[in-house]
Amino acid sequence: MSFDYDKYIRPGKLPHIWCPGCGHGIVMKGLIRAMDTLNLKKENTAIVSGIGCASRLPGYIDCCTLHTAHGRAAAFATGVKLAKPEMNVILCGGDGDGTAIGGNHFIHACRRNIDMTYIIMNNYIYGMTGGQFSPATPTGHKASTTPYGNPDPCFDIAKLAIGAGATFVARGTAFHANQIDKLIVEAIQHKGFSVVEILDDCPTTYGRRNKYKSVIEMMNRLKEVAVPVKAAEKMTAEQLQGKVLTGVLYKDETKPEYTAEYAKVIERAKASK
Amino acid sequence: MAKKVAFMQGNEAAAHGALYAGCTFFGGYPITPSTEVAEVMSVELPKVGGKFVQMEDEIGAMAAILGASLAGSKVLTSTSGPGLSLKQELIGYGCIAEIPCVVFNVMRGGPSTGMPTGPSQSDVMCAKWGTHGDHPAICLTPASVQETYDEVIRAFNLSEKYRTPVMVMPDEIVAHMRERIVFPEPGEVEVLDRKTPTVPPEQYKPYDTSFGDVPPLAAFGSGYKFHVTGLNKMQDGFPTTKAEIVQAEEERQVRKVEANVDDIASFEEYMLDDADVVVVAYGSTSRSARYAVNVAREQGIKAGMFRIKTFWPFPDKQIKALASRVKGFVIPEMNLGMCSIELERCAQGKVPVLGIFRVDGEPINPDQIVEKIKEVK
Repeated sequence: MSFDYDKYIRPGKLPHIWCPGCGHGIVMKGLIRAMDTLNLKKENTAIVSGIGCASRLPGYIDCCTLHTAHGRAAAFATGVKLAKPEMNVILCGGDGDGTAIGGNHFIHACRRNIDMTYIIMNNYIYGMTGGQFSPATPTGHKASTTPYGNPDPCFDIAKLAIGAGATFVARGTAFHANQIDKLIVEAIQHKGFSVVEILDDCPTTYGRRNKYKSVIEMMNRLKEVAVPVKAAEKMTAEQLQGKVLTGVLYKDETKPEYTAEYAKVIERAKASK
Repeated sequence: MAKKVAFMQGNEAAAHGALYAGCTFFGGYPITPSTEVAEVMSVELPKVGGKFVQMEDEIGAMAAILGASLAGSKVLTSTSGPGLSLKQELIGYGCIAEIPCVVFNVMRGGPSTGMPTGPSQSDVMCAKWGTHGDHPAICLTPASVQETYDEVIRAFNLSEKYRTPVMVMPDEIVAHMRERIVFPEPGEVEVLDRKTPTVPPEQYKPYDTSFGDVPPLAAFGSGYKFHVTGLNKMQDGFPTTKAEIVQAEEERQVRKVEANVDDIASFEEYMLDDADVVVVAYGSTSRSARYAVNVAREQGIKAGMFRIKTFWPFPDKQIKALASRVKGFVIPEMNLGMCSIELERCAQGKVPVLGIFRVDGEPINPDQIVEKIKEVK
């Protein structure tokens, strides 16, 4: 029996704005399956985003949805979660939104270890504004503002999240569609700030500038570069050259979660009255 | 029973006023000269089960309070000049998405880092024109510690009633001076809460104007599902670029404040009945102005003061009425003539507007004002 996505989609809000071949829809379907697996109550789930193509995702899902300003999803979401810790708070957005203009909020949400899940759709580009390079655009690659090749080094978003203190970090790809919901399920179940980076594709503004002849070629690249963490353990450094690890990259269940810690602050304050 | 009395500074009074008004969430970032607000909130909020969060930057603090407000909390942030600049994008977000919140901004010297510990009144235009796009503006400018407390409560009430950000802007003198303050009893001062929906969740629209210019706002996590965006939106909260909807919604957002100026505006008239010369003043400057009016009266000059308590929306009606019966206005302010622009606009050339403008971090003293009063012929 096929999965019924419609029960989570807002009536009348499709078709979405994403271009043919864009992977964001695959990620959205993964998120919906994950929500269904966990039986998340829609009215008790907030989905918060910033600005950009990926940040349009919340508008399609029938929950409490908050499409904020560019880069600010994590900061708005921190307010929602701290005010109502009983809510499920899921963030989503793109690489530029999350790691450039929103980079500060991102690392500090990681540091606080506040119980939210951030799905970053990394398509290596600012798609909505027409294909400018982002902090995730590989060095040497072309964007509308790097016509001679990108001189900037790029972020490894998952490593950034781990370094900043996130306690669950996973990576998947838009090609490995069946893995996405499993990663998101595990991320939401984790008590703490969880980051799920999904390597995605933007055929419209990135692929065509970087010699990808088709969406299939872009998807095949995701298939080729992805190496599950388990498989990587048996591979040499040479074999891992140019590859990207996928799966659950990091998990720490010992670091205190922020809203639980704040509940203790309230207890201490009340005791001090 | 005797009322509770204290001796405290304006910033501390602001925090206590917020607590009286039912504030349960504070998001802030350290900045001089407003930090005491955050410090008091960090002590007091958790005692009542509220939440205090120190965010990573000013705009993050603004974002956090907007998120918390959508989750049903009454929210406050405090800042000063540079912080106000940094918050501006999301103050606009609060305006268009119609999210109640109170921004307490202590005016210090500027622009940029300016004089962090020196007083100014140079953010009053920023309160109205700081964020881009057309939007409503409510800004209160208290002149004493007691009034800071009272006006913060009123700011929460206005914010909840009109579903829009409200700013309270004392200058640094008011924020840091210590005065006697008398706390009202619980229930003594009216405390308003936002209208929440009465319709079932499936019928709820966050911008449903069939309920008037200020539609009810549900809280996230209260059983209602809805969408909030910073894009121009329809009544159901979803984005639109349809010209007639965008026009109507923008006009409504401004109208809900502008059409209620009489409810929002507050001012004090001091010795105006027979006044020939009117000193228009706000914040700490009005304290020098009051003294100057008394001195002028002793010297036989019919001077009076119109004290602006609500800077935005500007008290056009009252100033225009004065302009048609007095000989001139004197406006002392700690900036290079911001309120002066508004007075000129309202005076419409009928009477002179004489300014005393200081941006050197020193208060304007009464003597300067008396001298200027004498220049009005």
